[in-house]
Amino acid sequence: MNAFPLSRREFIKLLGGGIVIFFTPGDPWAMLQEAQRRGFDRGYPEDFNAYLRIAPDGKVSCFTGKTELGQGVQTSLAQILAEELDISLESVDTIMGDTALCPWDMGTFGSRTIKYFGPALRQAAAEARAVLVELASEHLKIPAERLATSGGFVFDRKNPQAKISYGDLAKGKIIERHLDPKPTVKPRSEHTISGQPFGRKDALLKVTGKAEYAGDIRLPGMLCARILRPPAHGAKLKSLDLREAEKLAGVRIVRDGDLIAVLRSSFDLADAALSKIRAEFDRPPEMVDDESIYEHLVKVAPAGAVVEEKGNLEEGRKISSTLYEETYFTPYVAHAPLEPHTAVAKIEGDRATVWASTQRPFGAQEEVAQALGLPLSNIRIITPYVGGGFGGKNRNRQAVEAALLAKLAGAPVQVAWSREEEFFYDTFQPAAVVKIISGLDASNRLVLWDYVVFFGGERTSQPFYSIPHYRILSRGGWTRAAAGAHPFEVGAWRAPGSNTNTFARESHMDVMAVRAGMDPVEFRLNNLTDERMRRVLLAAAKKFGWSPAKAPTGRGFGVSCVNYLGTYVATMAEVEADKESGAVRVKRVVCSQDMGEVINPDGARAQMEGCITMGLGYCLSEEIRFRGGDIRDRNFDTYEIPRFSWLPKIENILIDNPDLPAQGGGEPPIVNMGAAISNAVYDAIGVRLFRLPLTPSRILEAVRKKRSGLPASQSVTGV
Amino acid sequence: MNDNIDFKVNGKPVRLSVDTDRMLFWVLRAELSLTGAKYGCGEGYCGTCTVLVDNEPVRACQYPVKNVRGKEVLTIEGLASNGELHPIQKAFVRHNAMQCGFCTSGMIIEAYSLLKKKARPTRSEIIKAMDDHLCRCSSYHRILQAVETAAQEISPGGKR
Repeated sequence: MNAFPLSRREFIKLLGGGIVIFFTPGDPWAMLQEAQRRGFDRGYPEDFNAYLRIAPDGKVSCFTGKTELGQGVQTSLAQILAEELDISLESVDTIMGDTALCPWDMGTFGSRTIKYFGPALRQAAAEARAVLVELASEHLKIPAERLATSGGFVFDRKNPQAKISYGDLAKGKIIERHLDPKPTVKPRSEHTISGQPFGRKDALLKVTGKAEYAGDIRLPGMLCARILRPPAHGAKLKSLDLREAEKLAGVRIVRDGDLIAVLRSSFDLADAALSKIRAEFDRPPEMVDDESIYEHLVKVAPAGAVVEEKGNLEEGRKISSTLYEETYFTPYVAHAPLEPHTAVAKIEGDRATVWASTQRPFGAQEEVAQALGLPLSNIRIITPYVGGGFGGKNRNRQAVEAALLAKLAGAPVQVAWSREEEFFYDTFQPAAVVKIISGLDASNRLVLWDYVVFFGGERTSQPFYSIPHYRILSRGGWTRAAAGAHPFEVGAWRAPGSNTNTFARESHMDVMAVRAGMDPVEFRLNNLTDERMRRVLLAAAKKFGWSPAKAPTGRGFGVSCVNYLGTYVATMAEVEADKESGAVRVKRVVCSQDMGEVINPDGARAQMEGCITMGLGYCLSEEIRFRGGDIRDRNFDTYEIPRFSWLPKIENILIDNPDLPAQGGGEPPIVNMGAAISNAVYDAIGVRLFRLPLTPSRILEAVRKKRSGLPASQSVTGV
Repeated sequence: MNDNIDFKVNGKPVRLSVDTDRMLFWVLRAELSLTGAKYGCGEGYCGTCTVLVDNEPVRACQYPVKNVRGKEVLTIEGLASNGELHPIQKAFVRHNAMQCGFCTSGMIIEAYSLLKKKARPTRSEIIKAMDDHLCRCSSYHRILQAVETAAQEISPGGKR
């Protein structure tokens, strides 16, 4: 590709002609990052964010920097495009995450693809249809008003025999359009593809083992790399003896500073060589562990910033008849996608191509360019199918390692992390602390909400209950935190910040309901004027069969509500908790979700099921244990994630609200799981836990405390 | 030490000269270009690398290749015959029983082995047989439905 940005016309020519519609999704985050990407020379016209192309062979393709991680957007985006262009779903090709073919995109996270990308894609398709009708009108000599579209053809309504295919119209043409003014899109009542449950476009490849992931890429002469790793974060190499490893046949050892790798034809052979390397490391002192981390975080937290406030906290205190003060704790949690970080890099001259399992191909492009000292336009990232991300594949260390090693070796190199490396280098959901002081007036209405979150981040911390006096303070976020806060990297974990904030808020709602002697659902309704939230909560209660009662009832019922970036969710759980063993079993979950217009109801339900089941993990078992930079949980034997036998009965409700534009669906229901289950455990056995996960030993300890008449609350110095 | 070894993979005879202490998973991948089975944990905890050896599911990452001498290995690539999907594969497609798809090969192979042994397993028998297969996207419900659909398809009259 050209070293200078091409004009859009040159760009279309390069694509092979046809009709190309350029467009830009109106994502506020992406807009913020616009300035950041300016100045990068990607050899690309840069005034658009995505495009769709009708090729001279009639093929319709959408090019986007988004990636398919399993969430199913390859299918739902194709549905939107097929709907608006009146073509079959099968005739749509979605080309994703290839930095040489797709325009810049910030990445696939935050449940944003359908919400922000969907409407722009729909308009682009409507524009393409308008162009096709215009061309057909000239070709058929029939006024445009008389023409209609169906099955990839434009035809005369009066004489359907007079028709021409999209491909024939695109033949020999180089037509570019940018969306301005916005074209009219089909009314929803005419939709036949969008809004229908369609099967995944990638299912056939995935059931036959043919879907290609980064680790399945095999290039001639490719070497498999195992990298010498420190035993703990912060450990420094002290001595190195490569002699035994070098004796093995077919081994190459390459080194660039601290990056030392063995290269062989297969990973098991590379492992064998790596085990022969004698290395000693100086380990830094272990300052914190998974018990002391909370006090440490509170101590080092920055002053922070007010996220949102209303009224006056002093006034709120004055009019409160009862005050409630509690502190909540959530640990480091691993992403643990089944596919560890993997990349294959090939370097030819001053150009590099990297196949990477990533949620941010353009982020990987920048990271690799920087590491190799090459301009961005010399780096191509190709994203094959990605075996799960959940926020963990926003960072691309493995792509950088593969590129550096390919350069050192002068041969294509694959880096595929072992499970141990995946746990070690994961960017965990940060451990966090939330301190809440709230107040109720004499009629059990919330009048005070003084909320401080340490290192959890602000997302979903904003109250949706009606509270006249509140302040939300966030001290240290979930993105790369200040030096000295965490002993290793942290980052976005499915619904960042929200699993912490909602566990705290919704647990606290139940703490108040219990002491006020009110049913938890009635207590919420008593403090809720937001009609959308009332509706999802009532829908869940109806399906669940919730009858008002004062907890603990022994029924094991729990509830939690959240507004996650515009998607409203109410979750109810039924659990069995055993006072003798501390074991918790989730029997049933009812989840009611208002996500506005639904593009693929089956896909949306699949995401809800996934969120609910994955959420059992951070609630019941998932917690990274560590001493300093030494990660103790490094495989699935000690780090337990949900499995078949944990499955509750799941009943999902999609609230019918099609007039609201589509909101996100990849994350929202996971957010409620911590509090819904924890509240249900309280309802079952009358003990409350303020720290996740709810392990049997913690439940037993809470039971013991209760029997001895000790308070359940937990605290740390400094909050 | 390299040694000659003969076995069958997906119905075809293979002869390899390899270190027979190597694990079957890496040999399938590196020497036979069969990449349908996946690396998930390297310790046998997750099930993504599962293949059949003489109809028994094994964790290929823990299974020395010397143990397949003279035996038949079946991988996900060998399940469809003449381009026709196996009923289990069809049922996975029908139920959208995957998201990222990384665990899918192992799940399907395990289910195939289960249905060979027990035509109409109960739901709890399916859960027991599949419980050591992890799916981080949590398509578990749909996978159970797919296995039940496939069982019904293969043995419509079978007893549970």
